[in-house]
Amino acid sequence: MSLEAKQLTFGYRGKGRKQVLDGLDLTVAPGERVGLAGPSGRGKTTLCKLLAGYEKPDSGTVLVDGKPLREYRGICPVQMIWQHPETAVDPLMKLGDTLKEGGPVEEGLLEALHIQPAWLERYPTELSGGELQRFCIARALRPGVKYLLCDEVTAMLDLITQAQIWAFLLEQAEKRDLGLVIVSHNSALLEQLCTRVQSLV
Amino acid sequence: MEPILQVQNLSISFTQYGRGARQVLLPVLRDLSLTIEPGQVVAVVGSSGSGKSLLAHGILNILPYNSHMAGEITFLGRPLTPKRAEQVRGREIVLVPQGVTYLDPLMKVGPQIRKGRRDQAARQVSRAVLERYGLGADTEECYPFELSGGMARRVLIATAAAETPRLVIADEPTPGLDARAAKRVLGHFRELADGGAGVLLITHDLELALSIAHRVAVFYAGETVEEADAADFTAGRLRHPYTKALWNALPQNGFVPILGAQPGPGEVGEGCPFAPRCPKGRPECLGPVPYREVDGGRVRCLYPEGGTA
Repeated sequence: MSLEAKQLTFGYRGKGRKQVLDGLDLTVAPGERVGLAGPSGRGKTTLCKLLAGYEKPDSGTVLVDGKPLREYRGICPVQMIWQHPETAVDPLMKLGDTLKEGGPVEEGLLEALHIQPAWLERYPTELSGGELQRFCIARALRPGVKYLLCDEVTAMLDLITQAQIWAFLLEQAEKRDLGLVIVSHNSALLEQLCTRVQSLV
Repeated sequence: MEPILQVQNLSISFTQYGRGARQVLLPVLRDLSLTIEPGQVVAVVGSSGSGKSLLAHGILNILPYNSHMAGEITFLGRPLTPKRAEQVRGREIVLVPQGVTYLDPLMKVGPQIRKGRRDQAARQVSRAVLERYGLGADTEECYPFELSGGMARRVLIATAAAETPRLVIADEPTPGLDARAAKRVLGHFRELADGGAGVLLITHDLELALSIAHRVAVFYAGETVEEADAADFTAGRLRHPYTKALWNALPQNGFVPILGAQPGPGEVGEGCPFAPRCPKGRPECLGPVPYREVDGGRVRCLYPEGGTA
């Protein structure tokens, strides 16, 4: 039982075609909180995209509980929460509709995230980054989801909101026995949150 | 010395449509005052949705059409009228915007920095600024989608530094940068300040702000609740309960989340916007609260810490 990346190698198509990841191994068990640190451009986000199935590795595999990620149907058991929530929602859709795209939302989740009912009727440009990020979290927390990839999810939020969101995420992770991958540049934050930290160099 | 920028009693509101054709005036920024001296880095720290970015957009006169601005802005001793703002923005006043979406997705990085100029001098400038922020010459040939989050942000900063600004407005310039790159970037802002420019650093990152700013103004729900010297934070000389809560929410200072959320625009009454969440809130906090001098800083609180009220 774990999320496993085995010998992942990946490079973006285009000029130069540099390898972003080269033979990377990573294992995340349920209940574990693995921090990813490293300078920008070293492939932290790319690794998340591979783990969540947004990109296909050039070689290597991603296994979820022993089964290749590609063989899962329906909602992906590995969900990613992005660094820039304003680019992760449809700008022409009201947020209530954006949420509905992912199916019905669990009861109590919106309240726990302090999402006010009026926000459901708004468009993404009418909400702040922190408010949008709460929607992205609500959208990602589906019943079948076992692993959550948090890519700098609170990097643009104020300290109190950051503390609130992490208190929420940690509580949910414990309740649902989720495995978390936490990407952050803030070493104090990683130290506070993670059970272990892996550096991408 | 003449201050670079002086903002006095600035208020910004938006006209929105309520039910039917009825228009509603939504105040988002209230009674804001701020001064930036040459060589000074002034940080504006506040939570998301507190109106920090609007301050920047107000100075540059790039607010949307349905907004109204009241109050006075003086730039280099003369009033900053909409017409003058149009002339100086992008040259004497530059903005390092918040989102990576401010880059043109269909234009390579090099031409964006050069703003369409093709001469040799412009090429040299763009190459030099990219190098200054640790980006190679090959970055010029990239489209924005080919950049990582941190690289895109450095490109935004490079675009601003390619001019010789008197005032740099940096709107959340560091999220997504690793500690080393963030320090380097902030170092460059400090450099611009040491060269005589004023820097207005808008951020939610208190820690980072404290590492380079001389003065810090704390925003809450569209109001400045406290203005303090950077040294007041580590020395425990904070005046407003919200500033204290912010300090205690730092991961290394306890990571304490206080309950509740900042009230949205239009939900703020006359009194202190923090009163409902404040551990020391009293009924009279819902009445008018003056912004006054306490202990070398300014605070909008009836019962400030360390003050005799």
